[in-house]
Amino acid sequence: MTIHFVREMEQLHRSILAMCSAVEELIHDAVDGLRSGRTDLSLELSSRDREVDEWDIRIEEECLKILALYHPVANDLRRVTVVMKICAELERVADLAVSIAERSAGIAQHGAFPMPGRLGEMTREALSMLHDSIDAFVQQNVNLARRVCLRDEGVDQLNRDLINDVVGVVKQRPELIEPGLHLFSVIRHVERVADHATNIAEDVVYLVEGAIVRHPGLPRRSGNPRVGGAE
Amino acid sequence: MKDREAACLSGQWFDVEGGADMAERNSGLSVPPSVRGVDRNLDTSSHAAAIDVRNMNFYYGEHQVLFDISLMVPERSVTALIGPSGCGKSTFLRTLNRMNDLVEGTKCTGECLVEGQNIMDPAVDVVLLRKHVGMVFQKSTPFPKSIFDNVAYGPRVAGEKNRSVLADLVESCLRKAALWEEVRDRLHTSAMALSGGQQQRLCIARTLATNPRIILMDEPASALDPASTDRIENLIGELCANYTIVIVTHNMQQASRVSHQTAFFFKGHLVECGPTMQIFTSPSEKQTEDYITGRFG
Repeated sequence: MTIHFVREMEQLHRSILAMCSAVEELIHDAVDGLRSGRTDLSLELSSRDREVDEWDIRIEEECLKILALYHPVANDLRRVTVVMKICAELERVADLAVSIAERSAGIAQHGAFPMPGRLGEMTREALSMLHDSIDAFVQQNVNLARRVCLRDEGVDQLNRDLINDVVGVVKQRPELIEPGLHLFSVIRHVERVADHATNIAEDVVYLVEGAIVRHPGLPRRSGNPRVGGAE
Repeated sequence: MKDREAACLSGQWFDVEGGADMAERNSGLSVPPSVRGVDRNLDTSSHAAAIDVRNMNFYYGEHQVLFDISLMVPERSVTALIGPSGCGKSTFLRTLNRMNDLVEGTKCTGECLVEGQNIMDPAVDVVLLRKHVGMVFQKSTPFPKSIFDNVAYGPRVAGEKNRSVLADLVESCLRKAALWEEVRDRLHTSAMALSGGQQQRLCIARTLATNPRIILMDEPASALDPASTDRIENLIGELCANYTIVIVTHNMQQASRVSHQTAFFFKGHLVECGPTMQIFTSPSEKQTEDYITGRFG
C-alpha cells in the first residue's frame, strides 16, 4: 500500500508545482500588460485561467481520492490538506490576473492616467511574496514562509497610500474618474495577491510545524504544536 | 455584476432571502442524541490519574521487554496503545492488572499506581485488583454457560445470591454493553450460540458486572466485522463517561477514532504519548510519524 500511496503523493506534488508555475506566469503577464498599457491581454489570460481552473479541479480530485483511499495522517495529512488550500489560493490569484488585465485595458482605453510611481514597487513586492511563498512550500522552508507573512503589512500600507494618490488625482481631474476606478481596482487586486501569498505562507508553516498561525491570539484546540519543524 | 448593480439600485439588494431555520437544518443530522460516541472535545488535562506508571521495567526471564515506561492515564477517558507487534504494548497492558503474574519467570520493577495505590506491592490482593481493573481480550471468551450465567458469574463468585439483585445487575450490564435488546428473550440459552460481535459485547457485560473502575481491552475488535467493530467502538465511547479505558489496537484508525490519548510503543520504549488529535496531526517524534504514516512497522 505504501508504494501506491507514495506514488500518488508524488503525482500530487507534480500537479501542484505545475499549477504554481502556470499561475505565476499568468500574474506576471498580467502585471507586464499593466505596465506596458496593453489592451488585448484579457482574452488570452482568460483562456489560460480556464487551464488553471482545470488544475484546481484535478488537484482537488487527487486530494479527495488520497483522503478517501489512504486515510493519511500526520505529515501526509498536513500535506494533502495544505495542497488543497494552496490550490484554492492559486485559483484565486489566477482570477485576479484576469481581472488586472481587464482593468489595465480599461485604464489604457481612457488615455494617460498619471500612474502612481509606487505601483511598480507594490506589484514587485506582491509578486515576490507569491514567489517566495511558493518557494517556501517547495523547500518546506518555514523561515522564508514566516518572512513572507511579515511583509503583508508593507503591501497593505502601499495599498492605502496608492489609493490616496488615486483619490487625489481624481479630485483634481474629475474627468479621470473612470480610469481612476479601474486603477483603484487594480491596486486592490494586487493587494489581494499579497494576501493570497500570505495565506500560502501560513499554510506552509502548518505543513512543517503543525501549528495554525492564522489569526494570532485566538485559542487553539490542537494542543501543543511541534516546534522547530525538522523533518 | 451588472445584475447586482441593478438590484442594488432598485433596493432589492437588501431583500436577503429568509435565513434558513437552524432547527430545520439540524433536523437533518443523522446521529440520534442517544448515541453519544466518543466526545472528541473532551479535555482530560483536569482529570485525575486513574493509572500512573512510573519508570516501569519488565523482564521475561533475562529478556527485558519494557524499558523505563512512565505513563499517566486520565480517569474517565480512553487511552490507546499503538505500536508494531512485539513492541511491548500488550505486556504493558497486562501489567496494569498483574495478569503477567500468571507467566512464570517474569519480573517487573518501578511503580504502577492505580488510583493512588501501588499495585506492584506483593501485598496487593490480585483478585480484588482484577475486580477493580477488568479485562477484555482479543478473542471473545464466553464461558460455556447461559448468557445470564456468564454475566452473573463474577457477582456470584463475589457472594451475591439474591436472584432479583442478580437479574437487575445482568440487565443493567447487558444494557450498558448494548446487548440487552438482542438477547433479552434468550437469556437462558447458551452464550456460545451468539455471534462473534455479540460474544465480545457479552464479555464486556461480564467485565462490567464486577463493577470495575478501569477496563483494559486487548484488541477487542480485531476479530470482528465492520458493523460489530462499530458497535464496540460506540460502546467504548459510551462507557468512557463512567469508566477509564485502556485499549491496545493494531488498527490505527480505530485508535484515532476512539481514544483521547494515544501512546506509541516501539521496541519496549514509550516513544511518545499525547492527545490523540495531536499524535495523528503533528506528532513530536519522527518515529511516531513514520509509524502512523506507514513508513515502517
